[in-house]
Amino acid sequence: MNIYRNKKVAILFMLPALVFVILFIYYPIIQNFIYSLYRWSSFSEVKVFVGFDYYKRLLSDPIFYIALKNNALYAIISIVFQVGVGMILAAVLEEKIMRRYQTFFRTVYFMPSVISITVVGLLFQLVYNPNIGLLNAFLKVVGLETLTHDWLGRSDTAMFAIIATSQWQYIGYIMLLFLVAIQKIPEELYESAMIDGANAIQKFIHVTIPQIKETILVTSIITIIGAFKVFDEVYVMTAGGPGRSTEVLASYMYRAGFRNDEMGYAATIATVIFLITFIVTLIQLKVSKEKNEA
Amino acid sequence: MNKEHNGLSKFIFMFVFLLLITYSVIIIYPLLWMIISGFKTNQELFLEPWGLPAKLLWSNYKSAWDVGVGKFFVNSLFVTSVSVTVTLFISACCAFPLSRYEFKGQNIFLLIIIGGVMLAPQVSLISLYKLLQRLKIYNTYWALIIPYIAFRIPFTTFLIRSYMLSLPREIEDSAYIDGCTSWRLFWNIILPMCKPIMATSALLAAMSVWNEFMFALVFIEDSTLRTIPVGIMNLRSTLSTNWTILLAALTISALPMIILFIVFQKQFVRGITQGGVKG
Repeated sequence: MNIYRNKKVAILFMLPALVFVILFIYYPIIQNFIYSLYRWSSFSEVKVFVGFDYYKRLLSDPIFYIALKNNALYAIISIVFQVGVGMILAAVLEEKIMRRYQTFFRTVYFMPSVISITVVGLLFQLVYNPNIGLLNAFLKVVGLETLTHDWLGRSDTAMFAIIATSQWQYIGYIMLLFLVAIQKIPEELYESAMIDGANAIQKFIHVTIPQIKETILVTSIITIIGAFKVFDEVYVMTAGGPGRSTEVLASYMYRAGFRNDEMGYAATIATVIFLITFIVTLIQLKVSKEKNEA
Repeated sequence: MNKEHNGLSKFIFMFVFLLLITYSVIIIYPLLWMIISGFKTNQELFLEPWGLPAKLLWSNYKSAWDVGVGKFFVNSLFVTSVSVTVTLFISACCAFPLSRYEFKGQNIFLLIIIGGVMLAPQVSLISLYKLLQRLKIYNTYWALIIPYIAFRIPFTTFLIRSYMLSLPREIEDSAYIDGCTSWRLFWNIILPMCKPIMATSALLAAMSVWNEFMFALVFIEDSTLRTIPVGIMNLRSTLSTNWTILLAALTISALPMIILFIVFQKQFVRGITQGGVKG
């Protein structure tokens, strides 16, 4: 249709979206990098050019490494639970015998991911609370009183307590992505595996997993990226404490910028978050491209 | 199949089923505990964290509402409805030429718009903060609405565009012959056919805006302008050990999304599985 060849009209339709995206997504990223080269404070107009000084400082900042380690821990545990457990749950719910219960379990498992992280974080703060918390009360009931703990108040357990909350919230979400992927596998593949005498576990390993490789990749990438930009959970539950034991990159950025008023240093940390998430995304694009060409 | 085998698979089924139920309890219980504890006195919560309240204390919910949740709720409602409406309109407009028109550089435009999905809001926090101050909208509703719209456009455009690509084109062809303008073609013919995906996009956008925390924390200073997620964060310190009122506040904040999800589950699932993007 000729009407669809008018480039001016096309651009007119796209203009509002382009303005928003360029002005409020792309421009701030470039601006952020520039900001990281200056020493400046949020309340004054003075900016002192410092070049890459903040990057050098970051590389010798022990808290930066604590944060990086916590983000990595977040990523690894989330891959095991969200991708691993999520995938197994989806496969189990897609078994013929389970299908009539699937809607119920799917609804329940997915539910936490529609609730805000603030609500979940504050709720789990109470669950972990040493006095009124459910977790310690439960441990007492089952006779494991020795395990009771101030879960968020101690630096050796706080990070794990936060990560566990995040698993509670998001396993069902990733499971849903796997459910849809498994539903797309042609039934014949399972039938021929049955004829070969494969049991449920063998079918899962030899039919299901090879067929959902792409989903495994995509969910792993989503999980890793999510783990390196995590902010809300940490800020709500511990704000990086006790000490600095649960600091992650984004919470450290917030602290540098809005608590210590070192905006340039905060922008430097933001650039690092950008680089990590960007590289992970590029890897994903490259791997899926190779897969499609093969 | 012999009997023994049947017995074994029945046993395995029961075992797996039990595991699934246990996991359901782990998910549901804390949420139920939150709702129920919101009806208790603080003392009841202390002495019997598991028990049911002696009588339902609606006053906790009332106090929570009065102490600030009511105000935050209205703020969230306003910010969410404006952000979602504008996002939907702008994204649909943008998806239309990207799914129908043929012009040079189309792929570059597609990349610019949809590539935004990959960029984390965390990276822009500092520079957006400064930008919003320069635009003189820092610490107003617009300091939230405008970034929310910008960050929702890429994914929403992606969803609507895929849906438009799947629509049959015969109706537009005949409308074109009748001399329809491109605007009327979009507004009167294509957009009405997109209702299902618009509903899905609206739900997902509403969920992400309603729950957003980081921008709301940094771009708003005035406590009367706060949205729910940051508002209840501050309530925690105001209420200090009035746990049960806090739990009531949490329940009020979570309920709208839980209800929306249960009612519109189909639309939620469609959107999420098409995009596979978290948050």
